Amino acid sequence: MAQAVAHRDSVSQTNNPQMLFWGLRSSVIIYLSVMIIMPLFVIGVEGLREGIDAFWTSITRPVAWSAIWLSVWTAGVMAVINIIMGTTTAYVLVRYRFWGKNLLNSLIDLPFAIPTLVTGVMLTLLYGPQTSVGKFLNDEFGIKILYSNLGIILSLLFLGYPFVIRAVQPVMMKLDASQQEAAHTLGASQFTTFRRVILPALLPAMITGGLLSFARALGEFGSIVIVSGNIPMKTQTAAVYVYAQVEGDKMASASGVSLVILLIALITTLGVDFWYKRNKRVGKKL
Amino acid sequence: MKERNLSLGGILLLLVVLIYAGVLLLAPVAALVSNTFKDGFEPFWKAITDPEALNTLWLSMRLAVLASIFNALLGVMVAWVLVRHNFFGKGLLNALVDLPLVISPVIVGYVMIVLFGRTGWLKDFPIKLAFSWEGMLVLTVFVSLPFVIREIQPVLAGMGKEQEEAAYTLGASPWGTFWRIVFPAIRHALTYGIVLTLARSLGEFGAVAVIGGGTQGSTESATIYIYRSLNDRNYAGAYSMALLLGVIAILILIIMNNLRVHKRGG
Repeated sequence: MAQAVAHRDSVSQTNNPQMLFWGLRSSVIIYLSVMIIMPLFVIGVEGLREGIDAFWTSITRPVAWSAIWLSVWTAGVMAVINIIMGTTTAYVLVRYRFWGKNLLNSLIDLPFAIPTLVTGVMLTLLYGPQTSVGKFLNDEFGIKILYSNLGIILSLLFLGYPFVIRAVQPVMMKLDASQQEAAHTLGASQFTTFRRVILPALLPAMITGGLLSFARALGEFGSIVIVSGNIPMKTQTAAVYVYAQVEGDKMASASGVSLVILLIALITTLGVDFWYKRNKRVGKKL
Repeated sequence: MKERNLSLGGILLLLVVLIYAGVLLLAPVAALVSNTFKDGFEPFWKAITDPEALNTLWLSMRLAVLASIFNALLGVMVAWVLVRHNFFGKGLLNALVDLPLVISPVIVGYVMIVLFGRTGWLKDFPIKLAFSWEGMLVLTVFVSLPFVIREIQPVLAGMGKEQEEAAYTLGASPWGTFWRIVFPAIRHALTYGIVLTLARSLGEFGAVAVIGGGTQGSTESATIYIYRSLNDRNYAGAYSMALLLGVIAILILIIMNNLRVHKRGG
């Protein structure tokens, strides 16, 4: 009898994975904490180690401040262009039948696959002052792309292109055709239908994709370090500034800028996450 | 939204998109290809079979493969726990999984030096992580951490936990349940995630440049090699390696595309 109970206990123990699950869960929490929470903690502590005043002084130094501002505004310009062109691209891909559509659709992911440093090299070869395109743009229009802010925006556009498209595409596919037809029947033009029916449904996905590309662009390093020329106060972005400080063993001046850039990226991503979930819930209710 | 044949407005929009995508994505690729093969195939071949170049490529591949294996194993665990379990702080932890995608690689490299550098917080850590390939591996794992997790999560959420629970009730072990129930379901998503991880790891530059220090022969990855070659005016070397990494990226893209078809079908 006792033996039978003991036997049953051992069976239920091997079949009861609770202990294992508990261990698994703890390991995962520890792993994510070490990999993700710890870096955040380190940046926070290093940035504020000498107090708020020192932090403020370190980021308001002209070189540091102009680097932060350059990163923010170039990423912002990119996000706006990207939202417009990304949505247009997604619309064409979802709406129309045309030859080569699958090829175009896979090409969109190129920036996800290609190393950003290689992007920088490619842009240099296309728009550099010695190349035919670069020379043409400079002689005819006085436009310099390389070693200027234009080059930075162009690298960011390359990098950010898939974000909006991949966010908008699935939403667009699910759009209800009957609403558009109703608007049409009621006499709305194609443009009005787009503005009043399609656009409001797409807006959350457009903004989500745009903000994600913005957050991603803020920290971009590989392509920018090659195309921008890294002139302090002019074409040096925050990530390149941090790199220059670390290389020069000036860790303290890297900490403030790191913290600012991280905070902006973090608020943007967490904000997107929160906002998207809320919108989804509202959408479900409707 | 229904698919339609091209209207006049559609043709105009398509043209705008084709020009934009062509100038933005294809023109740079064309510039790289034509510059690399400006003097024929031979300089390219010579540049990438240079022992120094091969060494850096070998290091990059080793880092990418090891990081992918590690992220595949841990990614499955993390995704499973985040989908099946509830615990305090799960929402925040789940949102933070995306952090490596948006935090600047340079800043992550900086964190590693703050922790493990000569005067770092953990300078007595038994494994040398600053200016070593082990440190580069840790950072490569970090920058590619979300991919496998984010691919598997929706699949696990979609299949629900009923099958797993049924397996336990019928006496299957956790290990058996994983191989017979969970793994077949997540297989395609896992492969897709691993491919994304490989692509991201192979191309990492900022983080490994900071932590590796780019010592020739030991901590110089393929991307760091490109950067140094540009600075040393070894343009043939830089362009050839960039092209090689670009070709690998395009191969990865083709694989991704085929896998996506599978994923949709499965």
